[in-house]
Amino acid sequence: MPTRIQKQARQDTMLLNMGPSHPAMHGTIRIMLELDGERILNSEVEVGYLHRGFEKTCEHRTYFNLLPYTDRLNYVSPLINNLAYVMTVEKMLGVVIPERAQFIRVLMCELSRISDHLTCLAAMAMECGAFTVFLYKMKAREFIWDVIEQTTGARMTTSYIRIGGVRADLHSDFDTVLKKAVEETRLVLKDVHGLLDKNKIFLNRTRDVAVMSAQDAIAYGWTGPCLRSTGVLYDVRKAHPYLVYDRLNWEVPLGERGDNFDRYLVRMQEMEQSLRIVEQAAVHLPKTARGLIADGIEPAVAIKESRQRRVRKAIALSPNLEGSEGWRYPDILASATGYVVPPKEETYTSIEGLINHFKFFMRGHGIRPPKGEVYFAVEGGNGELGFYIVSDGTDRPYRLHLRAPCFHVVAALEHLIRGRYVADIIPTFGSMNMIGGELDR
Amino acid sequence: MGVNERTRLTEDKKKRPPAGQFITTQFNSLLGWARKFSLFHYPFVTACCGMEYMSAACAHFDIDRFGAGWTRFSPRQSDMLLVVGTITHKEAPVLRTVYEQMTEPKWVVAFGTCAVSGGIYDNYAVVQGIDRIIPVDVYIPGCPPRPETVLDGLLKLQEKIQHQDHEWRWKKRKY
Amino acid sequence: MEEKKILERLREKFPAEVEETASSLGDDLAVIDKGAVLPVMTYLKGKPEDYAMLLDLTCVDYRGEEPRFEMVYHLFSLTHNKRLRIKTRLPESDLLIASLTSLWKNADWLEREVYDLFGVNFEGHPDLRRLFMYDGFEGYPLRKDYPLRRRQPLIRLKD
Repeated sequence: MPTRIQKQARQDTMLLNMGPSHPAMHGTIRIMLELDGERILNSEVEVGYLHRGFEKTCEHRTYFNLLPYTDRLNYVSPLINNLAYVMTVEKMLGVVIPERAQFIRVLMCELSRISDHLTCLAAMAMECGAFTVFLYKMKAREFIWDVIEQTTGARMTTSYIRIGGVRADLHSDFDTVLKKAVEETRLVLKDVHGLLDKNKIFLNRTRDVAVMSAQDAIAYGWTGPCLRSTGVLYDVRKAHPYLVYDRLNWEVPLGERGDNFDRYLVRMQEMEQSLRIVEQAAVHLPKTARGLIADGIEPAVAIKESRQRRVRKAIALSPNLEGSEGWRYPDILASATGYVVPPKEETYTSIEGLINHFKFFMRGHGIRPPKGEVYFAVEGGNGELGFYIVSDGTDRPYRLHLRAPCFHVVAALEHLIRGRYVADIIPTFGSMNMIGGELDR
Repeated sequence: MGVNERTRLTEDKKKRPPAGQFITTQFNSLLGWARKFSLFHYPFVTACCGMEYMSAACAHFDIDRFGAGWTRFSPRQSDMLLVVGTITHKEAPVLRTVYEQMTEPKWVVAFGTCAVSGGIYDNYAVVQGIDRIIPVDVYIPGCPPRPETVLDGLLKLQEKIQHQDHEWRWKKRKY
Repeated sequence: MEEKKILERLREKFPAEVEETASSLGDDLAVIDKGAVLPVMTYLKGKPEDYAMLLDLTCVDYRGEEPRFEMVYHLFSLTHNKRLRIKTRLPESDLLIASLTSLWKNADWLEREVYDLFGVNFEGHPDLRRLFMYDGFEGYPLRKDYPLRRRQPLIRLKD
């Protein structure tokens, strides 16, 4: 398998393999090193151990069906991948979503981004030896996942952000759980700043290690926190604002030197800014007057009644995941039919609703964007996450391509570790936040 | 005594186990108890399930309380291979090598539907279940499984280890 | 207005090579001739256009049409904050196109990925070999005539 480095290796050097199953390789990358003692003369990175055929599989699934596949791309921030895909399709269809749904999307995405940065820095710190930081950050992540679970139903791979809006509204208890998560995350961030920021060992391992200049970073196509650590201000949320990011008050942290420590610090400060966005979004969320209908009839009764006559009374369902209310839909989903799953009360109790339901899911029908192609990008946890979709007018995408941010970041790994020690690979690779699902697709 | 009674007594004597087996069954249980509460696992993490593995290993859902806390990143030092995440055809020889490098006794847990059966990926690149490569003891389904499911799977593995026949004589297990 | 200007400037500078330009859904698009990729990209990277970042490089297989493959490049200019899409068609009989590794460094891996999944050859690439699939894999998976479930296992699988 290793071709180039074996052919090019000199006679008196040692070849070392940091194989695909390695604790610090985040599972699925292989780095072959040509060493002179501890110094790296040359290296070769081999990827593809998690190539799961995402792009080819998507050509065989309908636009609605392939949503769960997008969750599993950047699996530490799955809601952001959902959002990127869904907004690309909405751009093709020209759908405008309700304001409450936009705020909810922003809130969920920022929580996802916080959990992405928490996981990345936790893994980086653990591999450098700071086990406590790992445990603290996992604790904070659990609280955030509690919030996500209460709203979306799943801790990780949610498929919550749908074409046309979001799957369900927020729970009535949302504010309490969110407040707890934000508090706990702030405490953890404060603790970790105290543990690592002035820690001599951590600084020795990360300061001035693997320095990337801004010019090189742009030449390599870096985006996201890694690019911002070199001093270049490019954040898709500020440059091409989408959803409601331009209405909220937040800043973009920038680094100076582009070394590992700057990448760490940029991510820590981005988490602080994301917490600010989350708090503001929770406050500015457009209020909805629709609560649980007090005098609605039970769903089972309504279904039974629909067999004899048309049901005209309101049905008592809760607004969040436990039930779906058709009349709550205007808050969370676009009102155009043909893009969203029809509400269940209509499907089960009227013939038009049933027909709409069939026409949405039937093979050859459903979401069929016009012929053409589109590219749309959002700010993922690692940088610009873009989807390029070519549509041929049918219900399946003709070609779906993902612009993976960490692909370009990892392409620069060989350049960054040349001339450094073997032990420098660990914090460098950790600060790059390689996610196998996104890198290999 | 008639002919029938004499036959019955001889047959009864054949059914009664010899005296030494009581000690070996007790020793077997003791070995089972010791092995199940000191599992050193090798997390062969590839994909998204790794996040739930991290959650299961950390403070909220602790697997250390079940004795399986210590992660050993070397096949020689571990006895449970925890295959977490999708295994592609490119990764299959690596998994096989790691499994063969592990020393007896060893158990394999397939964590997540991709390891159990290929998951939602039925295409040219993914192995449809790791039991096509190595023998599996416990299958934990879920995409990704909740940490409570993982703990349940671990308890099932511990039950299996308790009641298993332990090879404490130097005999190679054939598979 | 700015968007039309870049496409117009491109047309003025390369009248023979630019086949069509379009602007739909906010994306700017220019289709150019296969042989003109390197000069057009060099022009776009330099000042004043300053498309300093190659965002993405991919390929689409239009099976049944001739020319069959289409290379799609996405460029981004940080100073002007603009994206641009460049497309070019490749016939199946002549799957050779100039490599952009001399201009942008991430073109190295991106082109290896396209070679791996589609079989397009890049002239001038320092080290063109497979990126995702393993040695011994035959065929190019993302082409439309490669069946989704054709597996080529590396080790013997039990059933």
